[in-house]
Amino acid sequence: MAYVAVKGGERAIGNAHAWLAETRRGDTTLAELEVPQIVQQLSLAVDRVMAEGSCYDRDLAALAIKQSKGDLIEAAFLLRAYRTTLPRFGYSTPLDTAAMRIRRRVSATYKDLPGGQVLGPTFDYTHRLLDFALAAAGEPPAPAPEAPAGDTESPRVTELLSREGLMRREDDATAEPADLTRQPLAFPAARPTRLQNLARGDEGFLLGLGYSTQRGYGNSHPFVGEIRHGTVTICLTPPELGFEIEIGEIAVTECQMVNQFHGSRSEPPQFTRGYGLVLGHGERKAMSMALVDRALQAGDLGEDRTAPAQDEEFVLLHSDNVEATGFVEHLKLPHYVDFQSELEVVRRMRATATLQPEQATP
Amino acid sequence: MSRDEAYNFAYLDEDTKRMIRRALLKAVAIPGHQVPFGAREMPLPYGWGTGGIQVTAAVLGPRDVLKVIDQGADDTTNAVSIRRFFNRVAGVETTTHTRDATIIQTRHRIPEAALTEAQVIVYQVPMPEPLFKLEPRLAETRRMHALSDYGLMHVKLYEDIARHGHIATSYSYPVMVDERYLMSPSPIPAFDNPKMHRMAALQLFGAGREKRIYAVPPYTDVRSLDFEDHPFRPHRADACCELCGSGSSYLDEVVTDDRGGRMFVCSDTDYCESRQAGNAKEEAA
Repeated sequence: MAYVAVKGGERAIGNAHAWLAETRRGDTTLAELEVPQIVQQLSLAVDRVMAEGSCYDRDLAALAIKQSKGDLIEAAFLLRAYRTTLPRFGYSTPLDTAAMRIRRRVSATYKDLPGGQVLGPTFDYTHRLLDFALAAAGEPPAPAPEAPAGDTESPRVTELLSREGLMRREDDATAEPADLTRQPLAFPAARPTRLQNLARGDEGFLLGLGYSTQRGYGNSHPFVGEIRHGTVTICLTPPELGFEIEIGEIAVTECQMVNQFHGSRSEPPQFTRGYGLVLGHGERKAMSMALVDRALQAGDLGEDRTAPAQDEEFVLLHSDNVEATGFVEHLKLPHYVDFQSELEVVRRMRATATLQPEQATP
Repeated sequence: MSRDEAYNFAYLDEDTKRMIRRALLKAVAIPGHQVPFGAREMPLPYGWGTGGIQVTAAVLGPRDVLKVIDQGADDTTNAVSIRRFFNRVAGVETTTHTRDATIIQTRHRIPEAALTEAQVIVYQVPMPEPLFKLEPRLAETRRMHALSDYGLMHVKLYEDIARHGHIATSYSYPVMVDERYLMSPSPIPAFDNPKMHRMAALQLFGAGREKRIYAVPPYTDVRSLDFEDHPFRPHRADACCELCGSGSSYLDEVVTDDRGGRMFVCSDTDYCESRQAGNAKEEAA
């Protein structure tokens, strides 16, 4: 058999991409999926891609989902690569989530509270029975009943506890937080940096880590102080104006976990907070993030650091799914040069091992 | 060659390129030391050479001639893809000839032909930390580098010798740069390590996912770790290339059938092709 050089890589790549495009479109007798349909009808997929792609643009996220054939990590990657090319013209002022226009707000620690419990559009109390009626396209559902918008404010639950002195005060962040997308991670990482990392981290990874803290890997006694989802205003102070202006609004999900803390030498017993904030509607992610955020504070609070979720290098360096998928999947690339040198080494070691034992000693 | 005007020259914006160049200058000033940099997401996946691509993008000029190799070959799929990328976003001339290139981006190999002062070689680096298999914590390895505390690596190599009679590391073989910093040569085969020593060309290393850049300036000492009684010995397959007959180049083993048949060919395709052309000329003469 003659050796056929791996020529024609260029043509092979072109053909592979053509095939990909064909399979993406699928059966051409069916209508093509439109980006606005994805925005409207796969909105939670769009939310996840925006969060992990860390770029708030529903249309681009939907386009990425279409382009990636529904592979959401691939879609997040597409969005990240696009995001890289965007100029950074400024930083917004901190979001005021207390002033969120709320679509959903639940607290598990209080039966009722100022602002009330707002269930919003949730799967929580549905029975997970496949709804075959959805398979047959039918009439759109009747509009959901609407209550007049209340004007009561919804103060954050953690604020209620803080006023009583039961909630550990966060350090006042006077220092400008680092920007994870501009400065590489360094350890130990400051909490704002950790939170940035978690906010764009992989939902599945954070879910598993958060879950592990509930099962004894890291002691946590979490309560959902509050989950809220809705829209918040983005404000910016352009240097040429010198005063704050509103530039738009985005939807976010915020979760504040309340955790018991027995106190340490320097601090009295009190509650501590785990914080989660994600772009779009992502409660599972926000809750997981809050659990992991609290676990990562173990060191600062003088608790033992024994569990994976408490190990900041482990968590922060492996949470990014675009990095992770790239490095795992790069194993598909050719490695025959290194493998060849491994072959030589293994053959040499085998040759040494089959010698008489006294000869084998160097 | 026309480039895609929708993107800045070489894809990255000028501020990002300036940031990378600053990191490169620092890296050149401290040979072998890993410099953190604000690596960006690139349109190619992490692990596909995003660090190398960013370094190349930062040093590339419109009159440069670029060569991209993966596993020593210009025609492997990833090399083709990266070459195409720069063709599109920078419109620079590309070549497969080592001697014609001003910048060579590589994954896993150093070309067989000696590089010159007029050339820059950019390595794609997956794991810049040479100690990561012994100590995964970056805070800890940073301390070890600061103190030149490399005993752990020597113990590892010693244990190899004690167990196997020789060092069992065949690629990513650790090197000391300028007798100060322990450095990962990127996963090139140990066979290529001696080429790094006092190389005339500037050697730049980019790790995108790990967000580190490091460098070896021209004519810098690069010593593969070893012991007096167990000197470093680069290995290659004990054969000659079946295409060009070279008895000194690094060889790929190609399986030709399922009955144990195999042949060896040069991993460096440009080297092999120019030797084949030379052989043909000799025969014709």
